[in-house]
Amino acid sequence: MIGLEHYLTVAAALFVIAIFGIFVNRKNVIVILMSIELMLLSVNINLVAFSAHLGDLVGQVFTMFVLTVAAAEAAIGLAILVCFFRNRGSIAVDDINVMKG
Amino acid sequence: MISADLSVVLPEIALAVYAMVAMLAAVYTSKDKAAPILVWITSALFFALAVWLGVTAGETRTAFGGAIVDDGFARFAKVVILLSAGAVLLMSIEHMRRSRSLLFEFPILITLAVVGMMLMVSAHDLMTLYVALELQSLALYVVAALRRDSLKSTEAGLKYFVLGALSSGLLLYGASLVYGYAGTTLFSGILATIEGGEMPIGLLFGLVFLITGLGFKVSAVPFHMWTPDVYEGAPTPVTAFFATAPKMAAMALFARVMHDAFGAVPGDWGQVVAVLSLLSMALGAVAAIGQRNIKRLMAYSSIAHMGYALMGLAAGTQLGVQAMLIYMAIYVTMSVGTFAFILSMQKDGQPVTDIRSLNMLSASEPLKALAMLVLLFSLAGVPPLVGFFGKFYVVRAAVDAGLVWLAVAGVVASVVGAFYYLRIVFYMYFGEEGDAQLDGSMPAVLWGFLMVSAFAMVAGVVNLFGVEGLALMAAQTLVN
Repeated sequence: MIGLEHYLTVAAALFVIAIFGIFVNRKNVIVILMSIELMLLSVNINLVAFSAHLGDLVGQVFTMFVLTVAAAEAAIGLAILVCFFRNRGSIAVDDINVMKG
Repeated sequence: MISADLSVVLPEIALAVYAMVAMLAAVYTSKDKAAPILVWITSALFFALAVWLGVTAGETRTAFGGAIVDDGFARFAKVVILLSAGAVLLMSIEHMRRSRSLLFEFPILITLAVVGMMLMVSAHDLMTLYVALELQSLALYVVAALRRDSLKSTEAGLKYFVLGALSSGLLLYGASLVYGYAGTTLFSGILATIEGGEMPIGLLFGLVFLITGLGFKVSAVPFHMWTPDVYEGAPTPVTAFFATAPKMAAMALFARVMHDAFGAVPGDWGQVVAVLSLLSMALGAVAAIGQRNIKRLMAYSSIAHMGYALMGLAAGTQLGVQAMLIYMAIYVTMSVGTFAFILSMQKDGQPVTDIRSLNMLSASEPLKALAMLVLLFSLAGVPPLVGFFGKFYVVRAAVDAGLVWLAVAGVVASVVGAFYYLRIVFYMYFGEEGDAQLDGSMPAVLWGFLMVSAFAMVAGVVNLFGVEGLALMAAQTLVN
């Protein structure tokens, strides 16, 4: 029987993979955008699992909002990335270094 | 009662409708030629709404089943947000016109960001919180990259986007855990769950993730990495905006979540917030010392100031919230004046940001230098200027709540931090003799904001313009 904890474990695993995708990744920014999507989707699994477990629809409504915002976020991220590429000619993570932190 | 619900969010709806109408009108008519007039209309609208919200402040009202609340705390934050956003918009016209980057999208994006911020401070539900925060953030990512042809600006936008999206993700994961273990997304429901008995470990994890996400938004150490780069790379008027309204909104949201949703366990989050506060003050004071770029310096300065505001929040008391609100109102006023000065810094028509270009400004521009001196002393917290009273209130709140170590650390950090403010003063008054480094002229709007802000820092010592009493009323509606 697959219960709540299995879903939570999958979501947590995906979430950790997404965080590692952002921090460990040294190749290109598209991978970071994919990781951000993965992160939001892992949260959706969490929300839907809790919603089903609690018998409460609010979690699924929340998921709809998250999906919508994720789409808007991807659009804006790609738009900024295109602008950056036009100026820099590269989208490698190591090339985002004009300003030193 | 849909009409009663809608009347609570009428200001937000008005602004959102205005943004859409302005967008269509500008696209179908003269596009960027309409930008200056659009900026004037937008900021007039902000000021009018601020006055309206301030005058009609009354009883606490809720809407949409408790998802949105309109109380004294929200009103206070909204008035500060609207006033500062309106001021920064007016200041940006000249600078953006000179660099030919005055796009008609700019006032519209700022309006949408302000709608997001107003909903943030009114949020009383995790869903409202998330959607409002994203509305604000998405608009801000775009304005950071507003200069499409500039490598620095697009890089700032990209960095801000990646780290902002990461922080939203962390916040959202926390929200999902809180929903799962409290069984509701309403702040009042979460509070009832916690008051009902032992706090489940999942809820505690959710709380930690929520604090992490909010810490990113207020740029508290260790979640501050994006701040210096974004401040440096973004166009200066956008930097001025980042330093004012979004900071107020994020701080108010932080206080709202902590007190409304987790107010029953101030011990659990108070320590975490106290550590964030301590690290922010320390890093803000030390890291700014090596900076020559005034925008980067202001970034570290804002990190330090967020540390002081968090000190008030860490106290977890009504006095603490009041101190935080006073501190933020003063900080925003000082920032508006300081950025009016920074926006006027130019040489041969080109904007400059190196603090060495301020050499001997006092000889060529005595009044401007004096106003900046007052603002810098106030930022450093030198008595008897108003900036000192902001620090005094948060330190008193921390001592009252038994956080003596935090208060002592705050005072030490403010002494260390005074060094880099005073170094700018040194350049202005005792620098090496040489040719005038900066152009003398200054647009009237910038001059006005600089002088009004500096004058407020001196005249405000009488009664802080009544902010103390207003902040007390606001804090009473949040903590009771």
